[in-house]
Amino acid sequence: MTAGILLSSQTRGDWVELSAAGSWTAEYAGAIEPQVDAATRDITARSIAINIARVDYLDTYGAWLIERTIRSWKNQGREARLVGLREDYRGLFEKVHSGTQTLSPPEPRPNSIIATLESVGRTMAAVGADLVQLAQMLGSLLVAVKRVALRPTTFRFTSMVHHLERVGWRAVPIVLLITVLIGAILAQQGIFHFRKFGADIYVIDMVGVLVLREVGVLIVCIMVAGRSGSSYTAELGAMRMREEIDALRTMGFDPVEVLILPRILALVIAVPVLTFLGSMAALYGGGLVSWLYGGIQPEVFLTRLREAVTSTTFEVGMIKAPFMALVIGLVACVEGLQVQGSAESLGEKTTNSVVKAIFLVIVLDGIFAMFFASIGM
Amino acid sequence: MAKESVIEVRDLVVDLKGNRVLNGVNLDVYRGEILGFVGASGAGKSVLTRTIVGLLPKERGRIDVFGVNLDEAGEMQRQEIERRWGILFQQGALFSSLTVGENVEFPIKEYLDVSDRLMTEIAITKLEMVGLKPDVYRKYPSELSGGMIKRVALARALALDPEILFLDEPTSGLDPISAGDFDQLILTLQRVSSIAVFMVTHDLDSLHTICDRIAVLGDGKIIEAGTMDTMLASQHPWLKAYFHGVRARSGLKAAASN
Repeated sequence: MTAGILLSSQTRGDWVELSAAGSWTAEYAGAIEPQVDAATRDITARSIAINIARVDYLDTYGAWLIERTIRSWKNQGREARLVGLREDYRGLFEKVHSGTQTLSPPEPRPNSIIATLESVGRTMAAVGADLVQLAQMLGSLLVAVKRVALRPTTFRFTSMVHHLERVGWRAVPIVLLITVLIGAILAQQGIFHFRKFGADIYVIDMVGVLVLREVGVLIVCIMVAGRSGSSYTAELGAMRMREEIDALRTMGFDPVEVLILPRILALVIAVPVLTFLGSMAALYGGGLVSWLYGGIQPEVFLTRLREAVTSTTFEVGMIKAPFMALVIGLVACVEGLQVQGSAESLGEKTTNSVVKAIFLVIVLDGIFAMFFASIGM
Repeated sequence: MAKESVIEVRDLVVDLKGNRVLNGVNLDVYRGEILGFVGASGAGKSVLTRTIVGLLPKERGRIDVFGVNLDEAGEMQRQEIERRWGILFQQGALFSSLTVGENVEFPIKEYLDVSDRLMTEIAITKLEMVGLKPDVYRKYPSELSGGMIKRVALARALALDPEILFLDEPTSGLDPISAGDFDQLILTLQRVSSIAVFMVTHDLDSLHTICDRIAVLGDGKIIEAGTMDTMLASQHPWLKAYFHGVRARSGLKAAASN
């Protein structure tokens, strides 16, 4: 196949005839386009004819290039016509010719300052809307709890156990691994710096209080938000995309009761358990490093730990866990139900779910810190 | 003149999760014809389509496209072939994060070196050719109805003026009027650019009205291939049930009375 060419002008009276030859196909369209422009630019005659009798192959690209030339010619108030059209290409030309190509102009871009202000405004409004939606979800959840409490047989126990296994049992190894490491790192850093003023032994106080009150529950919640919150959002989002949630609703089921309650309940049960296991693992990691790196004997570590922490320290950490689980679950489910049709939206909502859940967990931790301080715990 | 095969499938064997789905399929698709491809649900129609276009691996056998054995084709040759076929997936498979226009322009941008202006114009021409208004150009797939999505997907499949068009159940999920329109659209476009169309379908009306030839898949093989008359004359029990069933009879009657 040879590339398409447009041979220039052959004057016939007041007509200029251009003759096209070769392959006018997609493959050569990029090369033909400038040729067409060049060949037609300098013609001064009032009328042109494009002869395509010698074209070997023609597809939509070639047909459009010819049609475009004719149109621009006619738009200038001049005459243009097509000659030598082969019968088998007539349909193609008619199709291309019937197109209108009328594209409404794109919306003008607003001034960049205004656009920034607008996006800030929209973000603030979205934050407000998010809080409202969280409150709504909490409300529907409580209604579902009430309904289930009145008719306990309707509770999806199997579903809850299934989710408990996913978010609780299967999370145990990774939670243990990470909390052991965190405990070990805390102890190592403590020993390294406390040794300078001979206060090695207070590392045990630091590790004990920090792990039990704050770090254990926070690390576990951040991991659960990343591991289980994201999967809740993606699951519910995919269900929404495939209209499974609408199907449930039309069958007279409440999606909150069927899908969300078992999931959130599973989190509320799993997170305290994981927090307990994680805190113990962190203390173990801290003890191990104190012994191997800091030379503090395990007996000394345990004795000192018993003096440093009280049951209150432990309770403070554990009380926070179910509330944080509730926040993670609510955020994950709200985001999941907001997924729109596109794959991009699913990804965006999953990211949002994790980011918002971690943020809210930390905010909640701050509120709890103020609360416990004011009641003297 | 002997008919030129654009696709030649020989003794194709395909396993899926340990099950033998296709067991010795022989099939030709000729240039410029519309081949209707039928078979019971789960018989492996989509598997064959997906194997030909290279989405599924094959166990044994040979697939030639445009006379080139796909196993022996190099990277460049393979790309060249892929440029010359277009595929319409059952659900449209439009990229949801791109606008309709960007979807149609996507293959053009990847494969051809043309100016932005020409690319836009071609995309709009294609959209108009499949019967859409140019103003869908800036919309997103999520804003379109099912029938429009199929049309956009067809425009995208046609973006590079392919020589083979694979259609996976093009009329499923459309109302009878839209399905009829879509059939006519395929027929018009096929006549306009004389491409080979390989159409997996369950729609008896499509088979009657637009298919030149029909191939039937059953038990992992092609049971029968030929014109509608061959199908009607066949004594194979599945074919008899398919083409002489209640739905088929009323369809035939309607076709005959036209």
